[in-house]
Amino acid sequence: MKKYIEGFMRYRFLLVELIKKGIKLKYRRSYLGLIWTLLEPLMTSMVLAFVFGKMLQRGGSVQSYYPFTIYILAGRLVYGCFSSCTKIAMKSIRANQAMIKKVYVPKYLYPLSTVLYNYILFLLSLIVLAIMMIFYTITDKSYTMVINLNTLQIILPLATLFIACVGAGLILSTVCVFFRDLEYLWDVILMLVMYCSGVFYFVDKNMGEAAHAIIKFNPLYCVISNLRTVIAGKSLFTTMDLYAGYSELKMLIYAFGLSVLSVIVGVYMFKKHQDNFILHI
Amino acid sequence: MAKSVLKVEDVSIRFNLSKENVDNLKELIVKKLKGEKIRYNEFWALKDINFELKKGDRLGILGLNGAGKSTLLKVIAGVYKPTTGKITRRGNMAPMIELGAGFDPNYTGRENIFLYGSVLGFPREFLEEKYEEILEFSELGDFIDVPIKNYSSGMRARLGFSIATVVEPDILILDEVLSVGDAKFRKKCEKKMKSMFDHGVTVLFVSHSLDQVKRLCNKAILLDHGKMVEIGDIDKVAALYESKIN
Repeated sequence: MKKYIEGFMRYRFLLVELIKKGIKLKYRRSYLGLIWTLLEPLMTSMVLAFVFGKMLQRGGSVQSYYPFTIYILAGRLVYGCFSSCTKIAMKSIRANQAMIKKVYVPKYLYPLSTVLYNYILFLLSLIVLAIMMIFYTITDKSYTMVINLNTLQIILPLATLFIACVGAGLILSTVCVFFRDLEYLWDVILMLVMYCSGVFYFVDKNMGEAAHAIIKFNPLYCVISNLRTVIAGKSLFTTMDLYAGYSELKMLIYAFGLSVLSVIVGVYMFKKHQDNFILHI
Repeated sequence: MAKSVLKVEDVSIRFNLSKENVDNLKELIVKKLKGEKIRYNEFWALKDINFELKKGDRLGILGLNGAGKSTLLKVIAGVYKPTTGKITRRGNMAPMIELGAGFDPNYTGRENIFLYGSVLGFPREFLEEKYEEILEFSELGDFIDVPIKNYSSGMRARLGFSIATVVEPDILILDEVLSVGDAKFRKKCEKKMKSMFDHGVTVLFVSHSLDQVKRLCNKAILLDHGKMVEIGDIDKVAALYESKIN
């Protein structure tokens, strides 16, 4: 254990450099640069709100706590974070193979730094959520942004999401070294996850029981629902899911527990196989 | 003389050179269904390597292509983990297996100094302090703010060498790196090396130029198909190597 801490301390500057590199290079040579982290989720959310809200009439079928766009935006941001963290972390070992083959660096730094920089971008993109909430408070009389002590609970779903991304990132990056097919398979799985996360539709009583069972046990939906509850100014400890009526606290505990488990499994797998990476890349 | 800086004990490395490299799910499943075993071709890249270096020793590693020279350096650098055996190092190490292995092509020279420096384990404040020195030694001038992908290979090597040698290491690992850059820079490198040698740095050196090895090293080992054939004084081992070639 002491050895690992020493190793980490020695390479903590590299971790910082790798995070900086990820953020810097992502938007280098684009005119709007970092502003894209705000624009991209906003624009896709507006498209989804238009398609599902206006064209398919799926918005506002039950009592609304906020406009459909905000509902979608909250889901879209969380899903987007999970999707980009895991996708890029999955490829991180292969992407850095030139370095891995030539110099010794603790290998977990690669998936960890990719998750971290994508997560930092996600935190930045939360600004757009705040902006939209202010925007609707000003322009739409039926909605008023609520900020109270419960807003502090936002840290709980955000932390759960981070832990889940680290766990999934470690597992995927390990498996992907040995089976490249995962890169393609994971895209499909992510699509399934997105459709089962209630990003652009209300999870309400009109849906069948089977659908409810799937959605309820999707940890990403739990995180999204937690976030939506918090930004509606409600407490996670007393509220039921605003639309579907599940206990928010149960969902929080479930998602958090699963995320921690994924980190444990991820660390174990990564540690067990990391010395073989070099023979397979 | 002083205590040992590097100790390599019974180090062996086994690679699985699978005949068909199964790295996708479909092939694995098809093979499992057919009941075929995945055949691995075991291959010992290094077998029972033993030696010990003291402070100031300069070891040349000789051998034909595929003898395991680079693998040996990579094991010592920590890139590969030995299948069996143990390596004990004392002091800090500057691996120059490929100059600029940690460079990012989209980064400028300046950014790469900090990136590659931290790959080698240098803290940021230290690099900021040494920045001017690195820049000056690399002779890159205004090119330092140009992305590395636009550098020539000589420029890249110059920058890599300048960063890696900014601190005087206890152990220096050199794999064919002195053959880069123009004659002027090569002279400068050799001068810097010589000054390091005078300070008693321990060197592991791989080069196909036997003259260079003879000039720089005082000891040598000869590898053949992963086995250590000879170890000892440079002249003795070099003579054996030469007789093997001819």
